[in-house]
Amino acid sequence: MEAERGLVRKRNANTHPKRCVRPAQQVSERIGYMYQVKAKVLSNEKLSEAHYRIKLEASQIAKAARAGQFVHIRCGPGYDPLLRRPFSIHKSRQGRIDVLYQVVGKGTGLLSQKRRGDQLDSLGPLGKGFEIEPAFKKIFIVGGGIGVAPLYMVAQEITRVGQGQDVTVLLGAKNKELILGKDEFERLGLEVTIATEDGSTGYRGLVSNLFQEFILSQTSLSVAVYSCGPVSMLRKIAELSRHRGFFCQVSLEQKMGCGLGACLGCVIRGRSGYLRVCKEGPVFDAKEILWDNLGL
Amino acid sequence: MDNLADLSVSLGRIHLKNPVLVASGTFGYGEEYQDLVEAAQLGGIITKAVTLEPREGNPPPRLAETPAGLLNSIGLENPGIEVFLKEKLPKLRKLKTRIIVNIAGEKKTEYLDLAERLGRETGIDALEVNISCPNVQKGGLVFGTRADLAFSLVKGLRQATDLPLIVKLTPNVTDVTEIAQAAKEGGAEALSLINTILGMAIDVNTRRPKIGAITGGLSGPAIRPVAVRMVHQTFQKVDLPLIGMGGIACAEDALEFVLAGATAVAVGTANLVDPTVSLKIIEGLRQYLKKGGIHSFQSLIGTLRV
Ligand SMILES: Cc1cc2nc3c(=O)[nH]c(=O)nc-3n(C[C@H](O)[C@H](O)[C@H](O)COP(=O)(O)OP(=O)(O)OC[C@H]3O[C@@H](n4cnc5c(N)ncnc54)[C@H](O)[C@@H]3O)c2cc1C
Ligand SMILES: Cc1cc2nc3c(=O)[nH]c(=O)nc-3n(C[C@H](O)[C@H](O)[C@H](O)COP(=O)(O)O)c2cc1C
Ligand code: FES
Repeated sequence: MEAERGLVRKRNANTHPKRCVRPAQQVSERIGYMYQVKAKVLSNEKLSEAHYRIKLEASQIAKAARAGQFVHIRCGPGYDPLLRRPFSIHKSRQGRIDVLYQVVGKGTGLLSQKRRGDQLDSLGPLGKGFEIEPAFKKIFIVGGGIGVAPLYMVAQEITRVGQGQDVTVLLGAKNKELILGKDEFERLGLEVTIATEDGSTGYRGLVSNLFQEFILSQTSLSVAVYSCGPVSMLRKIAELSRHRGFFCQVSLEQKMGCGLGACLGCVIRGRSGYLRVCKEGPVFDAKEILWDNLGL
Repeated sequence: MDNLADLSVSLGRIHLKNPVLVASGTFGYGEEYQDLVEAAQLGGIITKAVTLEPREGNPPPRLAETPAGLLNSIGLENPGIEVFLKEKLPKLRKLKTRIIVNIAGEKKTEYLDLAERLGRETGIDALEVNISCPNVQKGGLVFGTRADLAFSLVKGLRQATDLPLIVKLTPNVTDVTEIAQAAKEGGAEALSLINTILGMAIDVNTRRPKIGAITGGLSGPAIRPVAVRMVHQTFQKVDLPLIGMGGIACAEDALEFVLAGATAVAVGTANLVDPTVSLKIIEGLRQYLKKGGIHSFQSLIGTLRV
């Protein structure tokens, strides 16, 4: 693995410094580095009809990655597709990162053909991740479809720094076969509740409706919600959370260019104006987002 | 140390240590890439456009890919001259490379105001006058499509500032050399070509345009032949140093422009694909000189054999 260059980047990673989990010194060790590396493919496994997991050797990225950040990967050497493709970092450990992806087009199609030993030009870790706050008493992790990808590291971080909070993981998918990552959350000792649209397992319906039912009985005011999935789902989660006064963070997507904040191509509408998904995001405070007119 | 081939070039009064610049709008204001690219290695940085007032830009989505190309409709989003002077320029000044500030406006007075204010600052090596942005409703582009307006704008700018003026031309015209000539007569010291080509892409499933602003500017490898042709035509007719751009992604691409008549080149969209591409291009040019036993880069300019 070859690092092209990596210097300190003072990323504005904490918009709420008082919520910062680790002592400042430790934080600056882990956040704020960006690398361009040729990451070696360790494996590329088909998980379902549509989903794959690729494991990459990328030690600097793995070391610097925080929950919710992403890697920007060049899926092929040619000009079609021309641009890199952004993917959430699903796991990072011991010099490796995992990406969970769904094949939807040319770039992800090319990615699915990568074999062990191939190299992938990867840029990361990029963007602003989730703010994990151990002071909340109750935590919901809500993933829809491939949106589960960035949430595993949230769960990992909570179980690492947390003080025995009550954590509920809700995962949704079209059907039983398309549920991703359930075992991984369970291995962290967390209880997972599933929603499927066809009812083939668990709750029948959307995971956002499942969330709605869960919070009915929720009396605590100290609640944090971390979510990723289709926009329609995130919007519902955000509205429900706002209504109940929960702290809610969502990971959003937009077509990306540079991934580093330079081209201004990846914006969505926020209350304070256009926000770059690659820089101010991809994780946003749900209250910052203008859901009516996102521009996706 | 035999590979110290001389890559330096001069664009009028602007001396570059090597001919590779990064194109406006694809390299921010220099700070975004600083972890990956040492600015001192570059010939220079052309900033994202600066306008008098802040501009929020066009509605998203702002990017769409086409084969070997990129359509964008950023719409000149930028924080305006005040913030540029206060927050961006101090950081740019520290970089050990040439700083070329891209300016844009809707009215002539806006351009003149910008030039006057930037002309009073230190640390700016030249202005690139953007009369070619296809992503704004009014102004801008119109100066780039009419020779008389281009002439009078550049002439006004020439009086407003002593900074070297590089005029950036649009390919969205019938004869680019007419505008080029007008810019020269107005007092331009160099010309940049080309800006993006007006384009459009449609999602046939939703029947909606792929970008929010409906039309956008096409860049990337797809437009390179058009850009090389325009550099060639302009080099034939207009006696000014040229900065060639449009789809450059490797040293060979850059050399096409140089042989066609460009003194320097700018790398745009390729920065988004590979942030370190400009450094690779500089190294590639060095290798080309070395292999060919060519001692000075300058001697290659416009040596197309026909
Ligand atoms: C910050 C961030 C993190 C992301 N993380 C992940 C991740 O962990 N795993 C993952 O699989 N994807 C993730 N994505 C989405 C992923 O980047 C896109 O799916 C990918 O770029 C598609 O590239 P493509 O070339 O295969 O498809 P394209 O050829 O670009 O598009 C093919 C078709 O698919 C549609 N399409 C594009 N994106 C999606 C999508 N997300 N879902 C459904 N249809 C789509 C397009 O509109 C088009 O019609 C993330 C996106 C962002 C911005
Ligand atoms: C995302 C993006 C933003 C751009 N913004 C500007 C700009 O602000 N001012 C300008 O003069 N040109 C701008 N351009 C045009 C480029 O500077 C360049 O002229 C054009 O893209 C062709 O070169 P390329 O194919 O290498 O990108 C922009 C291009 C892109 C892709
Ligand atoms: S992708 Fe370039 S600014 Fe976000």
